[in-house]
Amino acid sequence: MSDLSTAFADGPAFVPYLAVGDPDYESSLAYVEALERGGADVVELGLPFSEPIAEGPTIQEAVVRSLEAGTTPDLFFEFVGDLEVDVPLVCMTYYNLVYQYGEERGPRPFVEKAAEVGLSGFVVPDLPAEEAGPLRAACDEFGLDLVSIVAPTTDEERLGKLVSVSSGYLYVQARLGVTGAQSSVSDRTAASLDRLSDVDLPKAVGFGISSGEQAATVVEAGADGVIVGSALVDVVGEGYRNDDPVADVADRLESLARELNAGAERGYSQRAPRPERTSE
Amino acid sequence: MSEGDAAKGVEDRTDAGDGKFGEYGGRYVPEALMPAIEELTDAYERYVLGNEDGFVDEFRRRLAEFGGRPTPLQRADRLSERYGTEVYLKREDLVHGGAHKLNNALGQVLLAKYMGKERIVAETGAGQHGTATAMAAAHLGMPCEVYMGERDINRQRPNVFRMRINGAAVTPVTTGRGTLKEAISETMRDWASNVEDTHYVIGSVVGPHPFPRMVRDFQAVISEEAREQIREGAGRLPDAVLACAGGGSNTMGAFHRFVPDEDVDLYAVEAGGSSLEVDERTGVAPNSASLTTGSEGVLHGSRTKLLQDGHGQIVESHSISSGLDYAGVGPELAHLVDEGRVTPVAVDDDAALAAFHRLSQEEGIIPALETAHAFGYLHEHHAGLGGVVVVNVSGRGDKDLESVVEETDARGTPNAPDMSAFGGGL
Ligand SMILES: Cc1ncc(COP(=O)(O)O)c(C=O)c1O
Repeated sequence: MSDLSTAFADGPAFVPYLAVGDPDYESSLAYVEALERGGADVVELGLPFSEPIAEGPTIQEAVVRSLEAGTTPDLFFEFVGDLEVDVPLVCMTYYNLVYQYGEERGPRPFVEKAAEVGLSGFVVPDLPAEEAGPLRAACDEFGLDLVSIVAPTTDEERLGKLVSVSSGYLYVQARLGVTGAQSSVSDRTAASLDRLSDVDLPKAVGFGISSGEQAATVVEAGADGVIVGSALVDVVGEGYRNDDPVADVADRLESLARELNAGAERGYSQRAPRPERTSE
Repeated sequence: MSEGDAAKGVEDRTDAGDGKFGEYGGRYVPEALMPAIEELTDAYERYVLGNEDGFVDEFRRRLAEFGGRPTPLQRADRLSERYGTEVYLKREDLVHGGAHKLNNALGQVLLAKYMGKERIVAETGAGQHGTATAMAAAHLGMPCEVYMGERDINRQRPNVFRMRINGAAVTPVTTGRGTLKEAISETMRDWASNVEDTHYVIGSVVGPHPFPRMVRDFQAVISEEAREQIREGAGRLPDAVLACAGGGSNTMGAFHRFVPDEDVDLYAVEAGGSSLEVDERTGVAPNSASLTTGSEGVLHGSRTKLLQDGHGQIVESHSISSGLDYAGVGPELAHLVDEGRVTPVAVDDDAALAAFHRLSQEEGIIPALETAHAFGYLHEHHAGLGGVVVVNVSGRGDKDLESVVEETDARGTPNAPDMSAFGGGL
């Protein structure tokens, strides 16, 4: 079992996301460490790309802050090495950065470096199953996971393709569109989870979750984990705009993480007992 | 128009293939968009390649009646004399709306209608594609929203007015430098949110499969006509075809039917901006010459040649013409360049501006600033191009007048009229 599936082994996983280097390297280290204190089971670390087409305004602004602060793939890897956390880390980025890294073209040097610094896997939102072959092969070679995003529009046939290249967990996109905090959970989430009930990978739901209440709702609906990005990035952005001390922002991140994590646990305990699934 | 004629506009095959041009192309988009892209590919194969329900016949009829096709191939007498070579102009500036962009916009909006989509979104750089899409959408009764970079809105106000007057919503994009690259990203975001009832009319031969192929097929009418017309006019095929390349849609349209004619040289003229060097400090390429100076990577849904730094971040591009101001280029064009079939060349801002005035004064044709790049190349290199040359006049320059007056004054363009008596403005 990989690091990632272990993180989902007992109880719902809380999977926060932050853009690395937002608004600068040192603050960003403190923020990710605060998320672990707040109960993160896995952390998704964003490596900023200049054209983040799957991101809404919140994360887009974080990407701009981080790039302006000088974040590069090498600094990202250094960051992972400098982090003092124990939970598995997933790199979330766009394919061009994976593809361009190192001397030879193709994803292998990037994956090799990721393995060396101790990352557990990748989420690459602009890489559909059809183009994922080379990255999947490199992940297999170095023992890393490739997490795929399942959209509300994904049909049975595509789901099959997707699952065949995925490992670690499935990132279940709660609604159509781009990332961004929402005030309510889309009612498509439960339907998506039902569709995936036969897939033998943990399912983490993301896109729009911003409160403990929403985290509880999706876990109660059957999610094995919740992914929260924009709501946390908003805290970083607001701290940056107000010029707040890093320690204060870190405290706020920790307490929002606690709320989200507690929500996930609550959703789990409220779940209607499911018939025991036999593995045959 | 006979059945045979109608079917001629499309390839003689009914399978769109895998969307790869050598190692370029493909589909690098979020999963949420993949089903829509598969649905589009299916529609492209059935309607465009297979002429199902008479799609191609209707497209051709509307291109003629609404679009004003065929456009003339005109011999440019004074340029021919000046350069000592037969220069022919393919007059896409005479297409309805003033540019080749309508060929594609009309094709895609019609296709969206055949597919039962209810809403159109598009991005635009120079505003020319946005205008063409807004016109096609009004013509076919579809609601339309166009994303345009804030900087381009300021450079291309006449087209903003035209889009609004045709009933389209124009949404400013403020991220990055506020040009075409950001507008494309923003339109993809809209599409990802509304993919179930919305079609994204992409404006050039870029993006995920099937867009590069499909847009090329809609634009291929340019070379289809030009090839017939030059045989009639000059009695033979040309030695060279020149077209400016932003994303490359007028380029691929003007080249497509000539690609098998190995003796016809094909020149893709890119925007050389102020220099072909990248400013390492600011991370800006003061040009948009991705074929000439770019490297292989993945942007906006396909693998192609693009302007990027050593880490794979897309760098900002520059051109005096908004329609060429883009860090990427169509994957098929990148492939044809690697194969040696298309020659990429670059013309800088100053030479394009001088060519703009030359064509206006000597032929009575005010070209788009994009188009002027092709004439800039003709001016500098006519001696090596052979006896018969076709230049694709991709669009007319009315949209550019305000910025041309401003830029001409600022640069002291030598062959330009003195506009200072008019207060430097219009
Ligand atoms: C008149 C004209 N020519 C050329 C272009 C460049 O686009 P493409 O390279 O796709 O033809 C534009 C784009 O707006 C344009 O308006």
